[in-house]
Amino acid sequence: MANISRKFLLQANIPLALARRCFAVSAARSQKITVRSALTRALNEELARDEKVILLGEEVANYDGAYKVSQGLLEKYTEKRIIDTPITEMGFAGIAVGAAMHGLRPICEFMTFNFSMQAIDQVINSAAKTYYMSAGSVKVPIVFRGPNGAAAGVAAQHSQCFAAWYAHCPGLKVISPYSAEDCKGLLKSAIRDDDPVIFLENELMYNVTFDTPDECLKEDYLIPIGKGKIEREGNHITLVAHSKAVSLCLDAAEELKEIGIEAEVINLRTIRPMDSEMIIKSVKKTNHLVTVEQGWPQFGVGAEICAKISESEAFDYLDAPVVRVTGADVPMPYAKSLEEAALPRVMNVVNSVKKTLNIEQSSAAGRN
Amino acid sequence: MLKVSSLLNIATKLKNVCSIVNMAGYRQYSQNREAVVFPGIQSHYTEEMVFSDIQNEEKMDTFRIMNLKGKVINKTMEPDLSNETLVKMYKHCIIHKHMDKIMHELQRQGRISFYMTSRGEEVLQTGSAAGFHPEDLLFGQYREAGVIFWRGFSVYDMISQCYSNNSDLLKGRNMPVHYGSKEHHFVPMSSCLGTQIPHAVGVAYANKIKNKNLCSGVYFGEGASSEGDAHAAFNFAAVLKCPVIFICRNNGYAISTPTKDQYSGDGLAARAKSYGISTIRVDGNDILAMYAATKQARELAVKKNKPYFIEALAYRLGDHSTSDDSTVYKNAEEQEYWLVQGDPIPRFRKYLQDKGLWDDKTEESFNKEAKKEVLTAFKKADKQLKPNPNFMFTDVYKEMPERLQNQHQDWRKHILENADKYPLANHDQF
Repeated sequence: MANISRKFLLQANIPLALARRCFAVSAARSQKITVRSALTRALNEELARDEKVILLGEEVANYDGAYKVSQGLLEKYTEKRIIDTPITEMGFAGIAVGAAMHGLRPICEFMTFNFSMQAIDQVINSAAKTYYMSAGSVKVPIVFRGPNGAAAGVAAQHSQCFAAWYAHCPGLKVISPYSAEDCKGLLKSAIRDDDPVIFLENELMYNVTFDTPDECLKEDYLIPIGKGKIEREGNHITLVAHSKAVSLCLDAAEELKEIGIEAEVINLRTIRPMDSEMIIKSVKKTNHLVTVEQGWPQFGVGAEICAKISESEAFDYLDAPVVRVTGADVPMPYAKSLEEAALPRVMNVVNSVKKTLNIEQSSAAGRN
Repeated sequence: MLKVSSLLNIATKLKNVCSIVNMAGYRQYSQNREAVVFPGIQSHYTEEMVFSDIQNEEKMDTFRIMNLKGKVINKTMEPDLSNETLVKMYKHCIIHKHMDKIMHELQRQGRISFYMTSRGEEVLQTGSAAGFHPEDLLFGQYREAGVIFWRGFSVYDMISQCYSNNSDLLKGRNMPVHYGSKEHHFVPMSSCLGTQIPHAVGVAYANKIKNKNLCSGVYFGEGASSEGDAHAAFNFAAVLKCPVIFICRNNGYAISTPTKDQYSGDGLAARAKSYGISTIRVDGNDILAMYAATKQARELAVKKNKPYFIEALAYRLGDHSTSDDSTVYKNAEEQEYWLVQGDPIPRFRKYLQDKGLWDDKTEESFNKEAKKEVLTAFKKADKQLKPNPNFMFTDVYKEMPERLQNQHQDWRKHILENADKYPLANHDQF
């Protein structure tokens, strides 16, 4: 049947590609793109849209970016707007802040957010606080972006998660995207935002491919900062995560499905301002909450969620205390086996869910 | 009788000594020295092993136009300043001096929490400020009241900022002397030392790519230039070719740390030069030299799109701040010496008097007038209410986030319910 129809279409002079498309199964169109590609597209579109946008950092120009996120941009936008800087985070962060104070919209790349500690005074005292301290006369529309958190085999000084540190500070907005769609829509919003934004990417996610709806790949597609996304609906328990930990929750949800537990997975997308409304609404539905993150437990994102829930009406809906699944409270070990053990795994999430729901954990799974 | 070999020995030793202790810093070049081929380095090979020491090289000269007695040494260097401008500059210095004295006393009286005087640096500030174009964006550290004052920021504005009252443009959000004004193209000062230096480079870069024909200027002390930010800023400005004017106020002390404990090279000038920045060292107490150097630097920076550096020497006559007592680390002789030697205002006055623009009578009457002006501004500022308390929650972000709005509303509710326990009468309408 299909062959006859195709032949007919060809005779009618309709291009074969279109002919093939007539037999597509899914209604909505989508493309498989990597997280890296989504970021590059977002950068490209915003650089094209507004000539005040510039990108600076180590290796961003001639090398196409340490992680190739800025590939092709130097050629298109010249070294006037894509700037390779000498090695001094405090220097180029300071310069970026100054440029932002004077009308440009810089994107300041840190090779990893671990190195942002060298510039943290510029980020907090010069970027975050200036709008307030200048009584609104000096704005700093800057985006600090780069990979955050654990990579693989890079040891403690290259593996820290900074979500909690930056989210602690008023004056900053902190975004931690997960999927390609998140990266594209949120990076564009961040660049267009007049406040200083911390954009926390993840090195291990750069190569991950996502089936991204065409809608999300449009040039005017923006995701609002401060709104999360329900990646998976469920009725029995709420799992809240950001960045790579979202995939952990989704994997855990699949495993839990086997034993009849439907988990609702919330992708925070933005850490500050956090979409507490979404979490509260979900907890009111499921009555149980587990937070999942790769960062350290104390004073972390999960700790903040616990506080927010306790202070909200959702507290009365909890049937069990909130449990946090986090990275181990140690500097990241280097040895592969230890590194794996220092980060949360699917079984940690599954066990935490079972503990919360008062379901017996299998002894083979071990302790959380 | 000396053997030939001993003579040769002595000659070789002498040659080596002369190579090492070479006052001019140059070496005797032979005609055909082989060039070094290396990316980013221009050099020639030598077979002498010499460790260069800046201590053994000639130090950078200090530019001046007038001597300590206010006499112009080389008439051709005298800048073309109108009599009005010269008198205006002098008057600014006098008013500044009075403002410092009165504000210092206000702090001692507990009316303001903190203050920093500019005694000894008034001329540095006014002279350099006059050299900039009014739209060149300027950054200060904390001892640049004279700069923003020259730009048009009034005594009343400054006192209000120190009082954090409802006339304060910064809505009471910063410590005293952290002046700033968008209208006057002066970025509100930040307490973090040295962070403003790369900011100015960023501004210069922005000006460059926007083809603005403006430069940026940044002031900082010799102490602050030890900060890492300074190093990065100098390096970047030179590498990225940014039209920025660096003005280092070398005033001899960073709180109690004297310059000998702050740096080991030839001051700041040699440091800047080695980054590839065109540099000059200037007598900071010479108004004409400060004006001329800044004006020239500024013009060239904009024309050539490159940075310039001015190390201005002007001894800090007062304490670091009202939290400091410099008698603890400065002995009596030193203080006595510098009170005469280091005061730039009498020298400037002499210059004006020689030009027939000023005399003892005007000195007396203007000092009275200046004091009165400051006192009038102070009395007005003292009576002002404090800012609207709602300002505690605004300007954290461009749009107030919901969470903050809720906090604000809860707080307002609490305050209004307990109004009798809060000093609302001292503040603008809540």
